[in-house]
Amino acid sequence: MRVPVSWLRDYVDLPADLPVTDLANRLTLLGLKLEAIESPGADIVGPLVVGRVLAYDSEQHSNGKTVRWCQVDVGEEELRGIVCGAANFAAGDLVVVALPGAVLPGGFGITARRTYGHISDGMICSARELGLGDDHRGIMVLGKDLAKPGDDALSALHLRDDVIEFEINPDRAYALSVRGVAREAATAYGLDFADPARTFPAARAGAGYPVSVEDPADCGMFVTLEVSGFDATAPTPPELARRVQLAGMRPISLPVDVTNYVMLELGTPIHGYDRAALTGPIAVRRARTGETLTTLDGVTRTLDPEDLLITDDSGPIGMAGVMGGAATEMTDSTTDIVIEAASFDPVVIARGARRHKLPSEAAKRFERGVDATIAPVAARRVADLLVRYGGGRVASTATSVGSPTPHAPITISSRLPAEIAGFGIGADSAVEALRTVGCDVKSNDGEITATPPPWRPDLTDPYDLVEEVVRIIGYDKVPSVLPAAPAGRGLTKQQRLRRRVSRAVASAGYVEAVTYPFVGQQDWSALGLDAADWRRTTLRVANPLSDEEPLLRTTLLPGLLRVLGRNAGRAQGDVGVYEMASVFLPSPGERVRPPQLGVDRAPTVEELKALEATLPAQPLHLGVVVAGQRTPAGWWGSGRVSCWADAVEICREVARSLGVAIDVLPGQQPPWHPGRCAQIVLADAVIGHAGELHPKVCQAYGVPARAAAAELNLDALLASAPDSVTAPVISTYPVGKEDVALVVDAGVSAADVERALRAGAGSLLESARLFDVYAGEQVGEGKKSLAFSLRFRAPDHTLSDAEIKAARDAAVRAATDHVGAVLRQ
Amino acid sequence: MSGPNSSYDPVEVTPLHPDEVAAMRDAALETISRTATLDELKEARLATTGDRAPLSLANREIGALPPHARKAAGQRIGQARAAVNAALAARRTELEAEHEARMLVEESVDVTLPYDRDPRGARHPLTTLQERIGDVFIAMGWEIAEGPEAEAEWLNFDALNLGADHPARSMQDTIFLEPEDAGVVLRTHTSPVQARSLLSRQLPVYVVCPGRTYRTDELDATHTPVFHQVEGLAVDKGLSMAHLKGTLDTFASAMFGDGITTRFRPSYFPFTEPSAEVDLICFVCWGLPPEVESCRTCRGEGWLEWGGCGVVNPRVLIACGVDPEEYSGFAFGMGIERTLMVRNGVADMRDMVEGDVRFTLAFGMEL
Repeated sequence: MRVPVSWLRDYVDLPADLPVTDLANRLTLLGLKLEAIESPGADIVGPLVVGRVLAYDSEQHSNGKTVRWCQVDVGEEELRGIVCGAANFAAGDLVVVALPGAVLPGGFGITARRTYGHISDGMICSARELGLGDDHRGIMVLGKDLAKPGDDALSALHLRDDVIEFEINPDRAYALSVRGVAREAATAYGLDFADPARTFPAARAGAGYPVSVEDPADCGMFVTLEVSGFDATAPTPPELARRVQLAGMRPISLPVDVTNYVMLELGTPIHGYDRAALTGPIAVRRARTGETLTTLDGVTRTLDPEDLLITDDSGPIGMAGVMGGAATEMTDSTTDIVIEAASFDPVVIARGARRHKLPSEAAKRFERGVDATIAPVAARRVADLLVRYGGGRVASTATSVGSPTPHAPITISSRLPAEIAGFGIGADSAVEALRTVGCDVKSNDGEITATPPPWRPDLTDPYDLVEEVVRIIGYDKVPSVLPAAPAGRGLTKQQRLRRRVSRAVASAGYVEAVTYPFVGQQDWSALGLDAADWRRTTLRVANPLSDEEPLLRTTLLPGLLRVLGRNAGRAQGDVGVYEMASVFLPSPGERVRPPQLGVDRAPTVEELKALEATLPAQPLHLGVVVAGQRTPAGWWGSGRVSCWADAVEICREVARSLGVAIDVLPGQQPPWHPGRCAQIVLADAVIGHAGELHPKVCQAYGVPARAAAAELNLDALLASAPDSVTAPVISTYPVGKEDVALVVDAGVSAADVERALRAGAGSLLESARLFDVYAGEQVGEGKKSLAFSLRFRAPDHTLSDAEIKAARDAAVRAATDHVGAVLRQ
Repeated sequence: MSGPNSSYDPVEVTPLHPDEVAAMRDAALETISRTATLDELKEARLATTGDRAPLSLANREIGALPPHARKAAGQRIGQARAAVNAALAARRTELEAEHEARMLVEESVDVTLPYDRDPRGARHPLTTLQERIGDVFIAMGWEIAEGPEAEAEWLNFDALNLGADHPARSMQDTIFLEPEDAGVVLRTHTSPVQARSLLSRQLPVYVVCPGRTYRTDELDATHTPVFHQVEGLAVDKGLSMAHLKGTLDTFASAMFGDGITTRFRPSYFPFTEPSAEVDLICFVCWGLPPEVESCRTCRGEGWLEWGGCGVVNPRVLIACGVDPEEYSGFAFGMGIERTLMVRNGVADMRDMVEGDVRFTLAFGMEL
C-alpha cells in the first residue's frame, strides 16, 4: 500500500514539520511494515507556474518541424513568448510553464534560450516532464477552473508529496486504505482521527437499480447507486489523478480514476457499470458449468461453478470482487452509471482470484475483509465525485441488499494481556487500548468484553485482543526476561555422531557442499542407471522450479558432480567435496492417503502413525566426490592423483570415526567403474559404494577423468555406532613379528586373504597389515603376491618362538584353505 | 691383570722416577690436547692408555720395585693415569659437542618452504552456523529437535493455523509432491517441527529446530528456493513475550556480540499471536550517530531485520494436544542464510549454494 502523506493529512492533523521518516517509523512500530519512502517532486525547483496561452502562431521550419510561438500569460505585467513543439492545445487553455531558473525532475534546468528564431522565455511542460506519468504525446492542458495564471503549479498539481509504501500484513486489511493508515497515524501521535466514513454522507436506501443476491453468505451487502447525465470525457482533476498515481495506480479516465480513488481512500472496492449496457436486474450468484466471461483485461474465461458472479439477464457481467466484465465497462460515451459497493465472502473471492490468477486490487481487499458497513458511504462518495467533476445527477436513493453482520464480542480475563505480554498492564490500559483500535469495550468483574469494529474482521480470538493491547501500549515496553529451561540432555547421540562424521570427512581434506535436491531423468542417463535401477524410483514435484529437474534425489551424486564440475570449470579441479543430506525414497506399494485431521484436538497415536505413513523414507546419506591431484608435486617429490582408493578410504575413515566395523568388498554398481567399485558392507547389508566413476559419467558431468566417488547410507552407520568405547587391554609383553608373502589368483581380493589370515591366526594376532602387492614373472601369470606383516602378542606372557610360528602357520593354512594361498618362500 | 710380583728387582727402575712419570703424563696430555677429531682421539687413547703406552708399561714395572717403594710409585703412576683418563674424557666431550654443532649446522634447512601436501577440508558455514546456534541453546538447557524435509501438509500448515485457504498454501509459494492428494510438501518452514515436538515430547518443551526448508523462490542474490531456518519453541507454564525477548536477546548476544539486543515490531504469523518481527541492533554501528549514518551493514537504519516471532497461538497448542489454559509458549524463526549474510558479510546468496570451494574453505571447520 502506497500512501501519499498529503492524503493522510486530510484526516489527521499531523504537525506541518513532521519528518516523513518519523511518521514511517512510528507506523512501523505499530505494525505497518515500511517498504520504502519516496518524495516525488522533491527534485523540482520553481518557478513553475500556471499559464494561459492567449495566442500562438504556427511556424513551419526548414527541418520539417512545426512549432508554435505562443504568447503566454503567467500572471505578470508582460506576456512571455514561448516556443512549443506540441499542438494539443488551443488559445485560452491553461498550461504549466517552467520559467527560466526552474529545474524539472532529472535535473533538467530551464533557461531562456534562442530557438527557431525566437527567444523562448520558459517551457510549456508535458505530464512526463513534470514526473506525472508517461504521457508525452503533448503538453499538459489543465482543467478550466483549476487555477489562474501565475498560480504556483507545484501546489496546484500536487507535484510535491511524500509517499510511504507499506507492506500490509494479512491481518491488517483496514490498512489497505488511507482511512486505515490515517487511523494508525492518529494513534501513533495521539491525535484526533476524522474518519472519512463518518464525515462523508451515505447513500439513502430506497429504490435503486434492482439487485438480487442468491446466497447472503456469499454476499453480505450489495449497494447500487445510479448517476445519470454524466460526461465521461471530463478530465480527472490533477489532485485526484496525482493521488491515484502516487498510490501506484494508473490514471485512466474520470470514472475509473474516481472508483479507484474511493477504493484507496475508504478501502471499499467499487465497480461502475455502463447502465446502457446492462440488461435487466443485477443478480449475484455462483457460476453455472460452461459459462464464460470476458473480463476487463480482455481475457475470456471459462467459469468454475465455485466462481461468484455478478450477472444480469444477459448472463455474467463480472466476477464478483475480482474483476468486472468487458461488456458493461464504462467508456467515454457512458452517460449513466450504476455504482456497485458490496462485500463478499473472503474465501470465495480468494479462491476465485487464485483460480483465475487475477490478484486484482479489489480481490486483495475482499479476500482480507472489507468494512461492509460503509458500502453506502463509499457508493455515495463515488457518485458525488463523479458528479462534481463530470456533471450529471445522483439518484436520490440506492438499492441496498443485505446487512453487515456485526463481529462477535470477545471476552478475556483482564489479567490476560499482562500474562501474555509479561509486564504489568492494568485493566484500564487494556480497555483504553482496545477502544483506540475501535472496539466497543465493556469491563467488569475482572473481565473485558470487546466487540471488534467492522473494519477488523481479523479480531476473533482472545489473543488477538492481547496483540492489539500490547501493540498500542508498545512492543518496546516488553521487558527482557530469560526463562529458566529445565536441565537439557544435550545433543542426542545421532546429532553428536553426525557432527563427528562431518568433522572426520572435512579433516580428511574434503570441502562440504550444500546442494539442491532436485534432479531429472537426464541425471539417471548420465549416471548410467539401467531402467530397473531402484534410484529411478523417485518422488516427483508437482510444481518444479525447473522442468528439467522435477524429481527428488535418491542419490547425492548428481548434485556433488555438478559442484565438482563447477569447481573444475573455475580451475579448481584438484578437489574433494562432500555433502551430508537426506535422499527421498518413495515408500514401496500404493501411496497412502493422509488421514483427515482436524485442528480442534491433537491427532491420536494411530492418526499420527497414519500421517507418518504418507511420508517417504528420507535417510541421511553421505556423498563424496574427489578428482585431480590429491597431493600436489612439490619439493618433497612427486604428487599423487586421487583415485578409487581415496573414495574407499573415506568410507573406512567415517566408519572408524564412528567405531563401526565395515567390510569393503568388490562390487558392481553404476555410476562406478565396473572394475573399480567397492561395496561397503555393514553386518551383511550393503550400505554404500565407493570407487572410481565410470569414464562416461565423468564425461557427462564434465568432471575431470578418473574422478572417484563414494556414497553411504549414514543412518545405517550411525545406528550401529556403539554408545561408548570399551577400553582395550594393553599387553606389555614383547611383540612377535612375522612377515608372510602369499601367492593367490589375481582375482582374489586382499580383503578375503586378510580375513582368512585373521581367522586362522587366532587370538594371539595383534594386527595384520598388507604392506606389498606384487604381480609379475616371479609369481607367474594370473597370480599376485600379497605380503602381510603379522604382529603377535599375548596378554599374559612372552610368546615363545614356537608359539609365534604355530600361529603364523595356522594363519597361512587358513589362507591356503580359504583362498588357495601359497606361501611364497 | 698381572699377578703379584714376588721376585722383584731390588734396583729402582728409572721409569718410575717422579720426573719420568710426570714427563710421560705431560706427553700424554699433550697428545690428547692436540687431537682435532673423534678419530684422532681414538688413536690418542690407544697411544696414551693402550697396552704399549708409556704409562701402561711403567705401571707394569711397579711389581719389580722393592716393597717399600711400591706404594709411592703406584700412587704416582695411578695419579698420572687418572689425569690422562680425565683428559681423554674431557676432550671427548669437547669433540663430541663440536661434532654435533657442526652436524646441526650442516643439516640446516629452509624452514620457510611450504608444505601444502595434504588437501585442506572445510565444513559449510550453513552447517557450522546451525551447530553454533544449536550450541547456544543447548547451553541454555534447550534441546535440538528435528523433522523430515518432505512433510505432511497437516503438520506444515493445518496444525499451525494455516487453514486450507491460506495463500501460503498455494503453488505460488509451496513445493508440492505428486500426487497432490497425498498431502506431502517440501516443508516451507521449520515450524512443523514445533508441532512434532509438542506431539511427541513431555511438557515443558524447550527446543530449537534448525533445518532445510523450501519455497518456490527464484535463486538470486537474496533468495534461494532451498534455504535453512532455525525455529525455536518454548511451551511451559507462565511463558510470555518477556521470556521471548529475553531468549532472543541472549541468542543475539551469543551470535553477534555482547550487548547486542533485539526489538519487536508488530507483525502477523498464523501460528503466533501476538506476532512480531524481530530486529537486532546493528552490531557494527550499534545504531549510534554519527557512525549509523554511513553504516553499510544496516544501511543507516541502526537495526537489522532478523526473523519473526511471537506467542504460540492457542489454536496451535490445541491442535497439538496442549491445554492453552494451563500452558503458554513462544516461538521464533530466523533464516540461517540471512543470519550468515548479516553476521559474516556474505554479499550474494548464490555463493552459499554453488559450492565453490573457495567460499567454504574460508570458513574452516567452525564458525
